[in-house]
Amino acid sequence: MKPRYRRLGWIIGGLAVLGVAAALVLNAFRSNLVFFYTPTQIASKEAPQGRPFRVGGLVETGSLVREPNSLTVRFRVTDTAQTIPVTYTGLLPDLFKEGKGVVAQGTLGSDGVFRASEVLAKHDENYMPPAAADAVKKAHEAMSTKTLVTTGGGGR
Amino acid sequence: MIPEFGHFALILALLVALAQGTLPLIGAAFDEPRFMAVARPAARAQFLLVALAFGCLAASFVGNDFSVVNVATNSNSELPLRYRVAATWGSHEGSLLLWTLMLGGWTTAVTVFSRNLPQALLARVIAVMGWVSVGFLLFLLFTSNPFERLLPPAPEGRDLNPLLQDPGMVVHPPLLYMGYVGFSVAFSFSVAALMGGRLDATWARWSRPWTTVAWAFLTIGIALGSGWAYYTLGWGGWWFWDPVENASFMPWLTGTALIHSLAVTEKRGAFRSWTVLLAILAFSLSLLGTFLVRSGVLTSVHAFATDPARGVFILAFLAVVIGGSLALFAWRAGTVGLGGGFDLVSRESALLANNVLLVVAMASVLLGTLYPLFLDALDLGKISVGPPYFDAVFYPLLAPAIFLMGVGPVARWSRAPLPELAARLKWALGVAVVTALLLPFVLGRWTPLVSVGLFLALWIVTTTIENLRQRIAGSHRRGFLAKLAANSMSYYGMLLAHLGVAVFIVGVTLVKGYEIEQDVRLDVGQSVSAGGYEFKFLGVTPGPGPNYRALTGSVEVSKDGKLLETLHPEKRIYNASGQTMTIAAISTQVHGDRYVSLGEPLANDDVTGAWGVRIYLKPFVDWIWVGAFLMALGGFLAVSDRRYRFAVRRREEPAGDATAPAAAD
Repeated sequence: MKPRYRRLGWIIGGLAVLGVAAALVLNAFRSNLVFFYTPTQIASKEAPQGRPFRVGGLVETGSLVREPNSLTVRFRVTDTAQTIPVTYTGLLPDLFKEGKGVVAQGTLGSDGVFRASEVLAKHDENYMPPAAADAVKKAHEAMSTKTLVTTGGGGR
Repeated sequence: MIPEFGHFALILALLVALAQGTLPLIGAAFDEPRFMAVARPAARAQFLLVALAFGCLAASFVGNDFSVVNVATNSNSELPLRYRVAATWGSHEGSLLLWTLMLGGWTTAVTVFSRNLPQALLARVIAVMGWVSVGFLLFLLFTSNPFERLLPPAPEGRDLNPLLQDPGMVVHPPLLYMGYVGFSVAFSFSVAALMGGRLDATWARWSRPWTTVAWAFLTIGIALGSGWAYYTLGWGGWWFWDPVENASFMPWLTGTALIHSLAVTEKRGAFRSWTVLLAILAFSLSLLGTFLVRSGVLTSVHAFATDPARGVFILAFLAVVIGGSLALFAWRAGTVGLGGGFDLVSRESALLANNVLLVVAMASVLLGTLYPLFLDALDLGKISVGPPYFDAVFYPLLAPAIFLMGVGPVARWSRAPLPELAARLKWALGVAVVTALLLPFVLGRWTPLVSVGLFLALWIVTTTIENLRQRIAGSHRRGFLAKLAANSMSYYGMLLAHLGVAVFIVGVTLVKGYEIEQDVRLDVGQSVSAGGYEFKFLGVTPGPGPNYRALTGSVEVSKDGKLLETLHPEKRIYNASGQTMTIAAISTQVHGDRYVSLGEPLANDDVTGAWGVRIYLKPFVDWIWVGAFLMALGGFLAVSDRRYRFAVRRREEPAGDATAPAAAD
């Protein structure tokens, strides 16, 4: 085989591998990326219905209810501005506690209840899942800008 | 006083490392033996100083010196001794110190085992490692001082994260770091070769054992981490495609490509530039992994903003190491040369294709790991890239690579005509295909994925047998044992490592295909059946542990009315932190695990009430880790090869063809 053909073969082979890899990556990205929404965003209808996404915030104190004789639990996730009801059937992670950070993955029903397929609470006591912490922070910021705007308006 | 000694030792180590990084380089550039001679003693002195610092930190942990911030935040007087020692590398600062210690250890090992190296090459290798060490020591001293004092001293420590209070976690980080840091040797050899402009089969023979050993350590380290996650996280997964895991897996994939590329460079003098590039890449990914895990960037990219010193240092260091070495590569790769040519169908092509696939697979993991971080950093929204992405991209890319694993070792170097190759492999292929199609029916249920997985595993086994058979048939020695003994250790190491991959694939395939997972609510005395077994929950009993309270459950496992065993899963509540931990009870058999773990109490009374319990059957799951250990063992076996020990005497001989099939000789 001539070296030129050999090199051409290698280039075609390399491009084929890259092409297949790119196709796989794009396809996987399209169908498997999970977006994150805060309870405030969900309340303002920004979150998609029927498509899985993640919601994060704090488990509202006093909201955890167990259904008798099953593994189904109901609780509310809050970012201190808005709350969203969540149901989940399964075992909760060790670090799931009322008043602590949580991230749940699932779909939003037309009744406004978030059906979680997975509940994540991570590594240690003081640690809040970054997404949850962010949701609370954003809600705080939104509220403080709102207050500023109203006081500013009142002054004029 | 002890922490100050440690701190002082670190400062001295930095000064020595600076000398180690500069003088030998100057010596090598101007051919000045006295300057080059600094390399050896400087490297050893630096190692001793870092070891002294490490010892001081360990002593502070063992002695419960809560006036040291690091100790106060990561230890506790109730903590058992072995975990107080392990806590030394449990924190950010401590783990970086361990990294630096390992680097010193590897450098010292190079000074000990490389007597035959030309002085200029050795000087350059040691100097490059010195610079890496300078980077880490600066980072330690200026942003992450492990010896920082706390005034006033804390009365009690905050405790080590309970997840880390586990024997697996005592040995996992050191072994993982042995691997990470070990790639610095291959990296330094490559940079030194680029500087010197000389890279040949001899160079490959010197750097090859170092790379293989580092790779073997990394393999064990990753396997231990995976095993640890399996039994302490309490939900039976062995790999989560978590960024922390990916951080260790990316250097592994690149390292795997590197050890194969080095083999070609040693045997055939080919792939030179590619080998150098892979060595740079493997170490860069090790650095990236260390920093991804250790900088807090995974917890929140905004950790960078809150602690800019660390973030900026890390980025600058990565830029200097990766950018600098790549620039050097771009400038000097021409002097190193590409090496010999080869045909489109040959062992070289199989290895090159394998390499490309491994690197592309690594890139897909890198993309999935970093993409969410970039989006978040640029405030373009928060996303998560979970296991479905990695499953969809990674397996299709790796399957052909594994198929080539069967072809490569049987194919001839340089030119392997297809018809001949096909004739050699037809039996292996036939046996693998037929068995893979039929075996799932025996195991219970046929699915395409199980068949594909089994085929790949069987293909490796049958081609390995075929390879050995042809070797023995082609040997001129008399007697079966003599024929076996004629093959080199590195040949057997390769076979063993490849069989390890097969064992690993069997584990992954069967556990993915046939596992049974049941999360159930069980009252005391209630039973549930899963996979032909009966699991009866007998309730939990409270009891004390050394630094925790435990709730120990009892679950009777029986089959066909016969009691097999009683499993005792545990729930631990740690005194110092109040954190809860789940310890699964696992009954390990050759054909798989019976896995029981406690979820949560569902009634108000956690002793007499119902519990949520996980009942899992994990067929052949242990084969995953056995496979990984076989791979590592293969690596160590390969390094024990005689030709590495007698490198000097054989230097002038033509490159021995130890792993080629006898027919190709």
